Amino acid sequence: MKFTLSWLKTYLDTDADLGTISQTLTAIGLEVEEIIDPTEDLKPFVIARIEEAVQHPNADSLRVCTVNNGTETIQVVCGAHNAKTGLVGAFAPSGCTIPTNGLKLKSTEIRGVASNGMMCSERELGLGDDHDGIIELPTDAPIGASFAEYVGANDPTIEIAITPNHQDALGVYGIARDLAAAGIGTLIEPDTSRVKGNFESPIRVNIESKDACPVFAGRYIRGVKNGPSPQWMQRRLTSLGMKPISALVDITNFLTHDYARPLHVFDADNITGDLTVRLSKSGEKLVALDDKEYTFDDEVCVIADDTGINSIGGVMGGAGSGTYQTTTNVFLECAWFDPIRTAMTGRKHGIESDARYRFERGVDPATVLDGIEMATRLIIEMCGGEPSEVVLAGDVPNISKVITIRPERVRELGGVEIDKKEIIIILERLGFTVVDNGKTLDVTSPSWRCDVDREPDLVEEVLRIHGYDKIIVEPLPVSSRDIVTGLSPMQRRMRMAKRSAAANGLREVVTWSFIASEHAKLFGDLSPSLILDNPVSAELDAMRPNLLPNLITAAGRNGDRGFKNVALFEAGNQFANDTPEGQSYVVAGIRRGQNHDRHWQKNSKDVDFFDAKSDASAILTSLNVNVSGAQVVAEAPSWYHPGRSGVLRLGPKNIMAFFGEIHPLVLKKLDVKGPIVGFEILLGNIPLPRSKSGNSRGPLKASDFQSVERDFAFVVDENVLAENIVKAVNSVDKNLIDKICIFDIYKGTGMADNKKSVAINVKLQPNDRTMTDEEIDTFSTKVIDIVAKKTGGILR
Amino acid sequence: MQDLQTLEKEISANIEAAVDIDSLEDIRISELGKKGRVSLLMRELGTMTPEEKKAFGPKLNALKNGLNNAIQDRKNILEAEILNIKLLSESLDISLSSATEDAGSIHPISQVMDEVTEIFTEMGFSVAEGPEIENDFYNFTALNIPEEHPARQMHDTFYFPKDEEGNRKVLRTHTSPMQIRTMMEGEPPYRIIAPGRTYRNDSDATHTPMFHQVEALVIDKSIHMGHLKWCIEEFSRKFFEIDDVKIRFRPSYFPFTEPSAEVDIGCSFKNGEVLIGEGDDWLEIMGCGMVNEKVLENVNLDPKEYQGFAFGMGLDRISMLKWGIPDLRDFFAADLRWLKHYGFQALDIPSLSTRSSTIKGSK
Repeated sequence: MKFTLSWLKTYLDTDADLGTISQTLTAIGLEVEEIIDPTEDLKPFVIARIEEAVQHPNADSLRVCTVNNGTETIQVVCGAHNAKTGLVGAFAPSGCTIPTNGLKLKSTEIRGVASNGMMCSERELGLGDDHDGIIELPTDAPIGASFAEYVGANDPTIEIAITPNHQDALGVYGIARDLAAAGIGTLIEPDTSRVKGNFESPIRVNIESKDACPVFAGRYIRGVKNGPSPQWMQRRLTSLGMKPISALVDITNFLTHDYARPLHVFDADNITGDLTVRLSKSGEKLVALDDKEYTFDDEVCVIADDTGINSIGGVMGGAGSGTYQTTTNVFLECAWFDPIRTAMTGRKHGIESDARYRFERGVDPATVLDGIEMATRLIIEMCGGEPSEVVLAGDVPNISKVITIRPERVRELGGVEIDKKEIIIILERLGFTVVDNGKTLDVTSPSWRCDVDREPDLVEEVLRIHGYDKIIVEPLPVSSRDIVTGLSPMQRRMRMAKRSAAANGLREVVTWSFIASEHAKLFGDLSPSLILDNPVSAELDAMRPNLLPNLITAAGRNGDRGFKNVALFEAGNQFANDTPEGQSYVVAGIRRGQNHDRHWQKNSKDVDFFDAKSDASAILTSLNVNVSGAQVVAEAPSWYHPGRSGVLRLGPKNIMAFFGEIHPLVLKKLDVKGPIVGFEILLGNIPLPRSKSGNSRGPLKASDFQSVERDFAFVVDENVLAENIVKAVNSVDKNLIDKICIFDIYKGTGMADNKKSVAINVKLQPNDRTMTDEEIDTFSTKVIDIVAKKTGGILR
Repeated sequence: MQDLQTLEKEISANIEAAVDIDSLEDIRISELGKKGRVSLLMRELGTMTPEEKKAFGPKLNALKNGLNNAIQDRKNILEAEILNIKLLSESLDISLSSATEDAGSIHPISQVMDEVTEIFTEMGFSVAEGPEIENDFYNFTALNIPEEHPARQMHDTFYFPKDEEGNRKVLRTHTSPMQIRTMMEGEPPYRIIAPGRTYRNDSDATHTPMFHQVEALVIDKSIHMGHLKWCIEEFSRKFFEIDDVKIRFRPSYFPFTEPSAEVDIGCSFKNGEVLIGEGDDWLEIMGCGMVNEKVLENVNLDPKEYQGFAFGMGLDRISMLKWGIPDLRDFFAADLRWLKHYGFQALDIPSLSTRSSTIKGSK
């Protein structure tokens, strides 16, 4: 909502300065978003006359002007086509700054002729879009006087944000009313006295749908002469950013913003018969003032004559019955439309209008009768004509409510002690009527406050006028019952997983939760329930069923920027369907290029399966998952390389992680060059630790007896899983074996084609004795036997 | 006697002159070895009279011990020299960098969530999570935003297709549905925060279709706006690490709170940068208010018994403010250059104890 200070002062008698008014507006909930005060900016600009304009000696398009600024004559080179002798306009002297472009004027020479200052266009001064030549003022404008003052451009414009509950402040009058209640001046009431009608309106109004439109005041005005509205009105509309059109249109626009009273003016000669306010019939059509054709269902409140629909009630008039320069007889409509129906109509048909904006928020019904008089008065003043008597259909609805408030609720909810007397004073200043019942107050809301309907609403009214700044800070009290604080085990796990991934060299990213459905389908089935009806773009039309595609494409983009090695991870939700159960929290990561930057100490190599497995293992280990105790199976989903990927799980249904090389076809479809390896950790599938295990770690049981290490190398078939050798060895004596590690895999020279050698180191730790050579030999024999039995491996 | 002194001088000089361990060993063998000169003199002791023995013995012993010590001392010196030469020969180019793992990092959104969580859990809040794909009831209706309400249009909602019954799910437009879920799932009192992703179909220089909010909800028997103000002041002080941060409450409107307020934080705008804690300008950081009675009734709480406050704050926004990140869109671009510049170290886990702040005293 925009208005100028002088406009506000037509309704508010106040000595308060702009700063105080602005602070008060914000303090009472009418947040000031911007104040444009052109006074300072426009100060240097004075009215000046071009005493003489002659052709520039060296340029066809330029003129050399002698400009009289009231105190001296100055030579100015001007390029405007309308720069001519005798023109009176706005002069900018050298040294001043043009407000719209920040250009500081300097004395200069233009094509060899000295120029000191310039004659300005409207656009240069921020007064309009007109750049077609310099400003031309009436020739009797006072030379040397302030230009801004003369044209009234020194009027600050205030823009405030109006929250949906402040329908009462959608007009300048309502803003003045609220400021007056807050103690900034006295409200000046407009003249709403009745304009006498000289005849009976030939057009009558019949309301068929009283729910949609309980009241309609109309008036016929004959013999009007439409033309431009007066300067003051044009200036106010311009300050709103509206274009003045004609007096009849401008008056309705003006009252909409001045008095929050939308009206409509029909060209009476285009109305056939009487007007009926009714609901539309399915299939009925109207070309509205925006030149678009709308087809209605049976829910829209319309105003129709004998031939059909003339206007959409409370939303927009029809093109066919609007007013033009030639209009001579008008029919004025001032009605009250149901907010909900207006909102639904506007939304259904996508029509935004100032009328809809106000009606859907709730126009003050009391302005029906006032508004028709104000509009009549303005029309007669500006366009002449003769008014009929008012045609009133229906009754002005009473939307006032009686609300009971316990005065102590102001303290209990608002946290600030305000005594009952003060509460009553504030409410009354805001237009509420208060009946004091002792312990409670019965408060009747004014007609312009349809938003107020419960006790807390009144508490807010009292608080906002008393001042939110007076609310006293008070520490949170102890809870009335025991409550749980801190992170849940799952939340701790999320945090730890992220920190662990970052510690492992991966950089966290946050990417859109939506991806292209084409990409989504590469990562399993995409439920149709996950496709957005109104995506921000076609490339972001589906909720991601998987975190990897965004990571992969991010790696591609970074690769294009010259980062060969990319290691990223993301932690967030992925979606199997649109239910809460379909949402699962996943930590996924990828590596592309080489496992690390080249370094003199380390050989870097292309990332491979084991980098992904290592990332997944490191993160799982940080979550206290016993990774070596879990199953690893080669059953990763289709977006992984079938031979270079794995699943880490506790059982067939309890999958904790996938990892491996991303399938080359997936990369191809995502248009990203590999190799890329990735992992996904399904955090929700990892069992939580038993809740009552406590913090105790138990006593340390360290053996004092000597440990023994033995190395074995087995030749096995190439396809034997190394892990199976380890498992076989481990089964020999779990209590005795402390650790088994695979320290070498060998294929090649000296090895048959389909064979490999797996070398393991076994560390034995007896708890009760030192092992004898014989015992060690016996153990070794058992190892060799069991490996042969379980895997066919032969000691090398 | 003169002989012993001469001998000692001579041998000592030889020891001092020995340049390596081998020549020192040669001296030891030739003087103190089995057939060495000193050993031969010791052997002569046996042929002496008791008086001679008494006079000569101690002196000869002293000579022998003195020489042994001298040899050992010289040996220590020579060994130290040898070690020193060896060590010097082992010098490395210490300017070379050692191999380190490539650094990872934490995204500012995770960092800000951890910081916010740290501050609120310390105040006794727990952390709630919920679905990002919501139904109409939780996202709008229960929050007192009926279908026709103008506030709905301000939300730029993302919609999913209608199901057979004509219902359509939405991407949650705010974290406020977590208020409803919390109150419907548990028993009062409530003291929770709910951080997470939120979505609005809006994309320009300052809006992205996905962003992050944190919701807070406190419901108990006597919670009022003074507590709300305290909570926000405490949070702002701790989060922005500014002891005397300025906070301004302005009346505002949200369908799910009444009374409602917007909260501004004191700041200055200098050279396009926002500086919190100084200057006379204000910047909006959140919306809040007392939970609307209608919302409480929607979740079957009696407003006569329970009341409380809620607020919602943009996490992206407060991290931009705190860390001076200029552009929201960059948060979601996964650009390595940005991640390196704005990311946090893995071990930089927010903790209140690692920051100093002033606790207001009674005076």
